[in-house]
Amino acid sequence: MRTALSTLAVARPRDLAEALVLMRDGAGRPIPIAGGTDLLVYLNAGTQKGDRFVDLRSLAELRGIRAGTDRFTVGALTTFSEIREHAALARRFPALAAAAAEVGGRQIQNRATVGGNIANASPAADSTPALLALDAIVHVRSSDGARVIALDRLFRGYRDLTMRPDELITAVELPFAPERSVQFFRKVGTRRAQSISKVVMAGVLRLGRDGRVDHVRIALGSVAPVTLRARAAEASLAGIAPSPVASYRARAALMDDIAPIDDIRSDREYRRAVSGNVLEQFLRSADPRFARG
Amino acid sequence: MPSSRTLKPAPVSVGVSIPKLEAGEKVTGRARYVDDIAVPGVLHGRTVRSTVARGRIIRVELDPAFDWRGVVIADHKDIPGENVVALIADDQPLLAADEIRHAEEPILLVAHEDAERAEAARMAVRVEVEPLPAALTVEDALARTALVHGDDNVFKEITIERGDVERGLAESDLVVEGEYRTGWQEQLYIENNGMIAERDGDGLLVRGSLQCPYYVHKALMRIFALAPDRVRVIQTVTGGGFGGKEEYPSMIGGHAALLAWKSGRPVKIVYDRLEDIAATTKRHPSVTRMRVGVMKNGRLVAVDADILMDGGAYVTLSPVVLSRGAIHAAGAYRWRDARIHARAVATHTPPNGAFRGFGAPQTLFATECHLDRIAERLGMDPLALRLANAVRIGDVTPTGQVLKESVGAVDVLTRTAAMADWTRTRERLTRENAAAAAHETRRHRRRAAAPRPGSAPAPSARRLRRGIGLSLALHGAGFTGSGEVRLASRAAISLGADGRPVILTANTEIGQGTITAFSQLVGEALGVPPSFVIVHDPDTRAVPDSGPTVASRTVMVVGGLLEQCARAMRERLELFAETPIAGADEFRRVAKRFLRERGPLKIERQYEKPPGITWDDDTYRGDAYSVFSYAGCAVEVEVDLDTGETTVLNVATAHDIGRAIHPVLAAGQVEGGTVQALGWALLEDVRWKDGRVWNHQLTNYIIPTSADTPPIHVEFVDDPYTYGPRGAKGVGELPMDTPAPAVVAAIAHATGVRADEIPVTPERLLAALAAREKS
Repeated sequence: MRTALSTLAVARPRDLAEALVLMRDGAGRPIPIAGGTDLLVYLNAGTQKGDRFVDLRSLAELRGIRAGTDRFTVGALTTFSEIREHAALARRFPALAAAAAEVGGRQIQNRATVGGNIANASPAADSTPALLALDAIVHVRSSDGARVIALDRLFRGYRDLTMRPDELITAVELPFAPERSVQFFRKVGTRRAQSISKVVMAGVLRLGRDGRVDHVRIALGSVAPVTLRARAAEASLAGIAPSPVASYRARAALMDDIAPIDDIRSDREYRRAVSGNVLEQFLRSADPRFARG
Repeated sequence: MPSSRTLKPAPVSVGVSIPKLEAGEKVTGRARYVDDIAVPGVLHGRTVRSTVARGRIIRVELDPAFDWRGVVIADHKDIPGENVVALIADDQPLLAADEIRHAEEPILLVAHEDAERAEAARMAVRVEVEPLPAALTVEDALARTALVHGDDNVFKEITIERGDVERGLAESDLVVEGEYRTGWQEQLYIENNGMIAERDGDGLLVRGSLQCPYYVHKALMRIFALAPDRVRVIQTVTGGGFGGKEEYPSMIGGHAALLAWKSGRPVKIVYDRLEDIAATTKRHPSVTRMRVGVMKNGRLVAVDADILMDGGAYVTLSPVVLSRGAIHAAGAYRWRDARIHARAVATHTPPNGAFRGFGAPQTLFATECHLDRIAERLGMDPLALRLANAVRIGDVTPTGQVLKESVGAVDVLTRTAAMADWTRTRERLTRENAAAAAHETRRHRRRAAAPRPGSAPAPSARRLRRGIGLSLALHGAGFTGSGEVRLASRAAISLGADGRPVILTANTEIGQGTITAFSQLVGEALGVPPSFVIVHDPDTRAVPDSGPTVASRTVMVVGGLLEQCARAMRERLELFAETPIAGADEFRRVAKRFLRERGPLKIERQYEKPPGITWDDDTYRGDAYSVFSYAGCAVEVEVDLDTGETTVLNVATAHDIGRAIHPVLAAGQVEGGTVQALGWALLEDVRWKDGRVWNHQLTNYIIPTSADTPPIHVEFVDDPYTYGPRGAKGVGELPMDTPAPAVVAAIAHATGVRADEIPVTPERLLAALAAREKS
């Protein structure tokens, strides 16, 4: 442990109201701790900034999955284990359940939370592409009150959020995807478990009664400074009937959506090629007529 | 002692998988690793290192704003003896004095009783260095862009010749050429390196996580100019080594001892994972060029191999790693003509060192990949090509060694092929791949039934190919050439005051089951159960120098000495008792009476080479090893054409290790070595940035997890070796040799792309697949 832990102060609020006061009144900017799974890696390497923390783990009001008639609401501190094991959620949101099952390993999933994954704002986050593809809405709160932000408005730049530093994520709202739509999730990581993604993609697609795409969401991670919606690829598919040409065009459009780099885990060329290949896989899986001849 | 244990006659235990004697302490958490040991008054040591690959130290500045009270500081000027980490050549300093030869080179040591303050002190040292141009690759080093060692940057050059290679190549029907590369690999023992040092009277006591107590002992004597009896080294419970704790503990032990010597306080240095990966030794990367002459019928005629290994900035063990690599480069095949030329090259990178296999996996990778390339060129089955050329009894190796007995090459190949159902599996996978390709290219397939909301993607949406590959290897057990004769290892058994036999060796249990195997061999020879035998901690004050725990030598060489000691002891006690001894009870009774009436009993034996073994270090002629072990390996893989990811589906491997003393532990060695080799083949990629390891953390240095580990089917063929204890040969390193080339062969079968460089990362494979599509 390269960080001098004895120099750090950790506050343990008993409820959300107290946590929000701590986030507002603390000198400097206290750092909220959810599962702490990413934080601990930085503390161990001695690269974590800040010396004041607010530990949210005991805030039971931020945990749990609530099923509604047209949406689910997932508390910010809900762990990925809870998400992957929730049968009703997995039926409605298989892309999210699949993502939850590929976060780290089982031990990480037992601690890591959906709110933490969002707030951490890593471009390689596993769950946020699935949440983006599912049109997730983020509930945040400060001592001034609550507001909602569409997830794809939350990420401004590399590890930079449009939230204020005194705001906490309280829940994630997931509207049901359109009936008869197909969901997709694929993480291309460094190995089969305990891995960080090189490319991660989630998608939702539906063909309308006329056989043309009438709903499409494509979101990716590890290919840009933020996890993002692939708007150009989506636009190229909207209103189009499945065909190899449509698939080819979507793939070409996707290259305008992403800006991958060479880094410690992979390289730009690989990420571009795999993003295109995985997009094709998604489209083939949604409808075989997308397959290249 | 419960009577149930002592009244029964001693069971036969050699060849039986008794419960591992070391396991209880570890699984119950009672085993105390170096960092678990609390030492009153201990200081925590930290190492200030170079951040540049090459340069001259201008000055070292201690931040005046930092509170230096209670901080002990030591540099090269504090060394009482020689500033050297003694090994083969004495070129590596304990602490850099003015010249920096590689990044992470230790320059200065700090210690404080508070570990956090020690870390802060490390950060408060500024080292001003004048950077100099560095040679970071073997290509640069051979071009002499900068000088690291001597005037040519070559640490060691070896040539092995037999017959006339040029004539052999000229007379062959076909000459096949190829070049093969292997990367660095981190040993990645679970327990990081760590040592505790303290003054012990007018001498030193150093304890820690290590493989070779007498290596540390020798190094400390030189650093402190102390006589042998004033330096004491004890191995603590060690969480894995794989070669990574062969030479580096001498460095850390020297650092901790220097701080202890200066401060008069005990000092503990335990590396965290970041420092361990960044600074300690790795497997030597290699480049091997092969030219092989072969007849149309598949008979191998001549091999011409040119090997380069990157040794890093200091000699360390590179000459002997190179030697083993060169000797194994011809593989387990018979050749009429052979020429093997090998060089260990110096670069301005952290020294590479011992790692399971010790140079052999690198050259065997080249040879085995080349065999597959030859089979492809000949249109021959890779198994048939190997069977036709594999060594048999009476064959002669390139060093002129006649293989006299226990030559299991053909057996392990045959068994491996049978376990993998080689021919049928290969045909089936070829068929399935063709069907998958045809299925994918069928245009505008009939629309599938509308998927239910939330249904998982159809498996057919993935573009997958499968393949199977096979390899064969041999591995010499024990030190190379005259190494064992020079080591002249001694092992002993004494009688403890309680009448139990006590094994005295410097060989270390590092996870492989040394204590169990030794206890089985000695217990059976003495007629007592293994659990009755005591194994003394490796403590240089108490145990003779039985040599290092390396080179697959522990059971075969040291176990053999112990078996001789045990036989002699039993004979001695039976003569004394005038009756045969059977069982622990009787043994204890006789032993106690012996101790009362005759005094202490200790029986020691020294290594003697088996008859008929000769070796000439100058010409590289003769018996490179007293015997070789053999392994065959078949690997089945699945490649995702969209991502270049390779999944290993199945491994079947047969090993000739003479005879297994403990089959479950031996199989454990094979399974563990196989996984380590699969990591080397597919995942483990040391990334460098300006001469420093970039991915020096487990997040980004990727080794296989259990989820990446395939089912591994292990079989042993029984082919006992006359001069091994109960017929045993070495097993520790052999399983590292075969999987990587089999993976490459399997990927070639699956995709048609032959990778000549490992690791076959998805990035490399996808680029190769794309290049083939273009051409």
